[in-house]
Parts: sequence; structure tokens; C-alpha cells
Amino acid sequence: MRSAIVERPIDTAALVAEVASVTNGATLLFLGTVRETNDGRDVSGMDYTAYRGMAERELADIVGEASSRFETSDVVVEHRLGTLGLGEASVAIAVGHPHRGKAYDASRYIIEELKKRVPIWKLEHYVDGTREWVAADGSKRAPHGEAAVVNGATRVEP
Amino acid sequence: MTVTVLLFASYAEKLGKSSIPLELAHGATVGDVLTSLQRLPGASRLPTEPLVAVNERYARRDHVLASGDEVAIIPPVAGG
Repeated sequence: MRSAIVERPIDTAALVAEVASVTNGATLLFLGTVRETNDGRDVSGMDYTAYRGMAERELADIVGEASSRFETSDVVVEHRLGTLGLGEASVAIAVGHPHRGKAYDASRYIIEELKKRVPIWKLEHYVDGTREWVAADGSKRAPHGEAAVVNGATRVEP
Repeated sequence: MTVTVLLFASYAEKLGKSSIPLELAHGATVGDVLTSLQRLPGASRLPTEPLVAVNERYARRDHVLASGDEVAIIPPVAGG
């Protein structure tokens, strides 16, 4: 079980090797990658920044939760910061489990919680030279008045 | 007492800084920090109820602060 915030390309083969075990019948690798369009605009790249210490701790908490909830310690997650080009992996989640069902469940749990809780932000660069901070779930901003609750704290976007 | 307010991403751009030392009365809460921040130039562009973390953990508005606390104003997160 391991998680890290890194500033280099993610070695996905190394992550898969790290969770490999003959006790596992399923090994799963999820990659989040930089997409060429968002909201109909042509994207040229993405800058990822974080509240580093908190991001590392939240990510470690999430991996620990997934491990106990889905009963496997073969879980490794890396999230990359810095400038990424199209197609590059910003996040990689590797899970090994005796059975595929819980491997999928653990992987899904980790990416969904990561997107809700881990303080990481992305500045999207467009082909036309403009740039914009991307709000949660990929939209430019939360819908008017939408409230989100994270660990009991409430946020309301203006 | 003094706390350090941290700003990130779009919020840091809106206020033109990423760290602000703030002098508060003893017993001040997260809510008091948000009230103080609203007086700063550019703060009107922040949401009135942003997510807040104290010493790297999400905290509620009524969380009572101690001297030296790190109070982070967290924009909508967008990892992954």
C-alpha cells in the first residue's frame, strides 16, 4: 500500500509490478490522462498544482480506506503535478486483489474520493492561447448555488 | 494571535497572493478568518463559504483556531 504526489512521468509498469502477487487473480491499472478537448474547447496541455502536504495525507487516507474496505493491501496510487501534455497520465491507480469485483470497486472508490477530497487543481491551456482553472468534475464552475459537502464542511459556489 | 492563511490556484490569483498572516483575537474561528478575508482587495471574488482546511484537515466554520494554525482556503478541487 503506497501513495505519492510526484513531479515526473508515472512509471505505470512499475506500479503494476508493485501490486503483483500470486495471491491475486486480478490486477487492475487505472490511468487518468489529459484529454484533447474539454467543454468543446481544444486543449493544448494542463498544469497541476496542489496543497502538497494535505494532498499527500488525503491520498494516503483514501488508499487506507480502500484497502480496509475492499480487503487488499496491494494498492498503489501516484498523482503527478507540473505541466502535462495531451495523453500524459496525471493519475495512476494500481490494485491487486484475489477477485476482480473488489479490485474494480477499490479502484473506483479511490478515483471518486480523490476527485472529491484531494486538494489538487488544474490550469487548462487551450490551443487559442487562453487558460482557465478547471472546477470540480471538469466543468468551468459549479452550477449556481450548488453546495458540496466534504467531510462535513460545506462549500457554496457564488 | 497570528494564523497563516493559504490561498491556492484561482483564489491565489484573485487575491494576488498565496499566503497572508492574519492577526485574530483569542478564540477566533474559521468563520472569523473568512470575515477578515472579505475585507481584502479582490476578496469579493471569492465564494462566501469556501472549503477550509486547518493544519491540512478539512474544518467547519465554527472550528476554534490556535496561534500558529495554518488556515487554507480550498478552491473546488480538480485532481485526477
